[in-house]
Amino acid sequence: MSDLLSVEALSKRFRGLRAVHEVSFSVPEHRIVGLIGPNGAGKTTTFNLIAGALAPDAGRVQLAGRDLVGLRPDQVCAAGIARTFQLVKPFAELTVEDNVLVGALHRRRRVADARAHARAVIERVELGPLARRRAASLTLPDRKRLELAKALATEPRILLLDEVMAGLRPTETDRMVGVLRALNRDTGMAILLIEHVMRAVMALSDHVIVLDQGEKISEGAPADVVRDPRVIACYLGPDHVPGAVA
Amino acid sequence: MSLGWPAELPRRGAVLLGLAGALLLAVPAFADAYLLSVLTLVLWLAYAGQAWNVMMGFAGQLSLGHTLYVGLAAYVSGVLFVSFGIGPWLGVWLAIVIAAIAGGCIGALGFRFGIRGVYFALLTIAFAEFTRIAFDHFAWVGGSAGFFLPVAQRTTNDLLDLRGTPTMFYYVILALTAGALVVCRALLKSRLGYYWLAIREDQEAAQAVGIDVFRYKLLAVVISAGLTAPAGVFYAFFYNNMYPEQMFAITRSIEIILGAIVGGIGTLFGPVLGAFILTPLGELVTAAVDRAGVNVPGAKQLVYGGLMVLIVVFLPDGIWPWLARRLGLDGADRGPSS
Amino acid sequence: MAVYLNIVASGLLTGLVYGLAALGLSVIFGVVRVVNFAHGEMMVIGMYGAVVLAGWPGLDPLLAAPLIAAFLFAIGYVLQRGLINAFIARPEHMQFILLVGVALMIVNGLLMIFGPDARSTNVEYGFETFEVGALLLDKARVYAAGAALLTTAVLFAFFRYSRPGKAIRACADNQLGARVVGLDVEGLYALTFGLGAACVGIAGCLMALVVDVRSQLAPEYTLLSFIIVIIGGLGSLAGALLGGVLIGISEALAGFFLLPSMKSMFSYALLILVLVLRPQGLLGKRA
Repeated sequence: MSDLLSVEALSKRFRGLRAVHEVSFSVPEHRIVGLIGPNGAGKTTTFNLIAGALAPDAGRVQLAGRDLVGLRPDQVCAAGIARTFQLVKPFAELTVEDNVLVGALHRRRRVADARAHARAVIERVELGPLARRRAASLTLPDRKRLELAKALATEPRILLLDEVMAGLRPTETDRMVGVLRALNRDTGMAILLIEHVMRAVMALSDHVIVLDQGEKISEGAPADVVRDPRVIACYLGPDHVPGAVA
Repeated sequence: MSLGWPAELPRRGAVLLGLAGALLLAVPAFADAYLLSVLTLVLWLAYAGQAWNVMMGFAGQLSLGHTLYVGLAAYVSGVLFVSFGIGPWLGVWLAIVIAAIAGGCIGALGFRFGIRGVYFALLTIAFAEFTRIAFDHFAWVGGSAGFFLPVAQRTTNDLLDLRGTPTMFYYVILALTAGALVVCRALLKSRLGYYWLAIREDQEAAQAVGIDVFRYKLLAVVISAGLTAPAGVFYAFFYNNMYPEQMFAITRSIEIILGAIVGGIGTLFGPVLGAFILTPLGELVTAAVDRAGVNVPGAKQLVYGGLMVLIVVFLPDGIWPWLARRLGLDGADRGPSS
Repeated sequence: MAVYLNIVASGLLTGLVYGLAALGLSVIFGVVRVVNFAHGEMMVIGMYGAVVLAGWPGLDPLLAAPLIAAFLFAIGYVLQRGLINAFIARPEHMQFILLVGVALMIVNGLLMIFGPDARSTNVEYGFETFEVGALLLDKARVYAAGAALLTTAVLFAFFRYSRPGKAIRACADNQLGARVVGLDVEGLYALTFGLGAACVGIAGCLMALVVDVRSQLAPEYTLLSFIIVIIGGLGSLAGALLGGVLIGISEALAGFFLLPSMKSMFSYALLILVLVLRPQGLLGKRA
């Protein structure tokens, strides 16, 4: 399994705060990788660095061997990385279909083609009945799916999902997990997801990476990582370390 | 800000449009000289407002110096005609190119350096004002004393050189306005149009789905500027005179955008509707003031100012979206989702 | 040599008045974050106010200034509280349009009341000068500049030492935090707008000592104030003064070396340069 996305020694400081420090990991083709860690660990910053929204101070980001550092966000998208935002950013005044259409237009120049593709994507994320609604009138779970659809419509090779389960009830979370699993299974789409909702992380990830205070402190299979004392310490504090939490 | 225009035109809308079109075509048959001149002005403002709307309503960039393009186009085509004998149908192309370049410079400067919002609007004003003063001292085109086209008899129609009766001019501007609507509709439905809407809604999100924001914003300015140019050419040949003081004045920039604001920024018919409301309103006010026997210049502009405030407070989307809803012309679903 | 010094001095004095006007804008823009496109119009209200008071009760503009300040303060306060407040959260271009509308109303209202002809305050010392060595300084300009400096000093002191002043600064820094500690943000915004309006009103009143008053001057003053604020740096009161002086001097020099009618060209060119190269201005902080 070759590495699709590889991040090497990525670092970023903000005026004395080491947001991300020497972080290295990779996402193999067709795999789902979870990126977890307490608040402020540097997860979203890492996403921003990969997606070109921020420039790293040091380190490399490669997609299938191609260097991405220094590219603008739209160029990174063209290279094959699609990302969602933690606080969803729909094109509020456009309909759901038009929102996804904008994404689809990235690879399909003709509006008719793009619209057809957009409709297919909307079906996949189960937003079909809402296609003609104004995005601003959507509820949060639907907005999250719209965010996913927009990213998906750009036909990426890897999806970067930033806390796409946040704010969802357990039933909605399961539904989203179902959509993502099906996506990965049917299309082989690689996914890197930042998540706090452990239920989703455990259900989806083949592999998990843990960040704390800007550094990678652990990685491995989900079941192993949650038992890693260092991981427990960073979430619950050092007093809770000894022994496993069942 | 809604689009105020559904994907498919409902039957009702098509009928209304057809009626309006027919009415406008028939105007010279029953209108007197005064009404004809008012309608010509209305259509001119509708056209210019529509061109401005491309930049503001579609791509979300506020230009308060749009008269720069009107003025440049007027002078370019005027000079070409008077000094080189080149008719307006050819001259307009150079005017468009020059206006587009001017827009391109302003846009490039602004967007390259991340100038947004207020600052960008101020930038557009600064360029317009700078040009105004420059032209005031530009002796070759008459400076502040103005530049004039030879006024031919208004009895025969020479379409090629745009010398002719008011009726001829009326049809020219009507055709231009109709053309602008067609072009804008095509733009709105194109990839470019959707990209502009995305940029207007959320630049960061637009970038994340692969849109090169700088490039498309620049295109919006360039296209808007180029589209405005024919208005300047028309002005030059219709009024046959131009002074930097008026052509590049900020009051003219505001006049142009007023219609679009009142009618509805970002909509297809907003600028046209706005122009049709404002100009007659202005004439009414002026007439009322005259009849009252009072000499108070500024009454019309005062009313315009008041209208602007009222619209932005009570109907910020403009009158067209409200009207379209009332007439049942819009098609977007408004209900809450599950 | 003396000629240049005189020009520079004259520009500097006028510039201080410009600076006061810009100060008002900086305060409004910096705190309330509203683009007051009616700024020049408010200045012209102040100018006409001076003319009216100079005419009927025969009040010298320097003495009329506090009255004008109070009047404009009230206008600004009511405008902000009643109308503009709702627009703070709205997209910028909506604010702009609102204020352009207000500006149109003001300028044309003034046109309707006072007519298009120029008016003046006709002070007796209008043509007298001070002789300071080789310099010949217009008395009117000197008094105007002095009053502008005085007003600025009072404003500085207000923001530095007074309770409302500090509260306003808190609002500007962190609106949410200000609310959390119980500050009446809407009231403070209205106060700030009132103060900004008062400043520009006084500036107008002082300007009436030096130039003839026409309502058409309004848009120019709006632009000038913005240029100065941008050059001097948003949020910096000292920057506004500095910018004002710079513009005043450059206008005077441009008027002399080029043509008087060209003097604004330089200011616009400067604005474009600053917007492009150093948008935070000379003394400003990055927004």
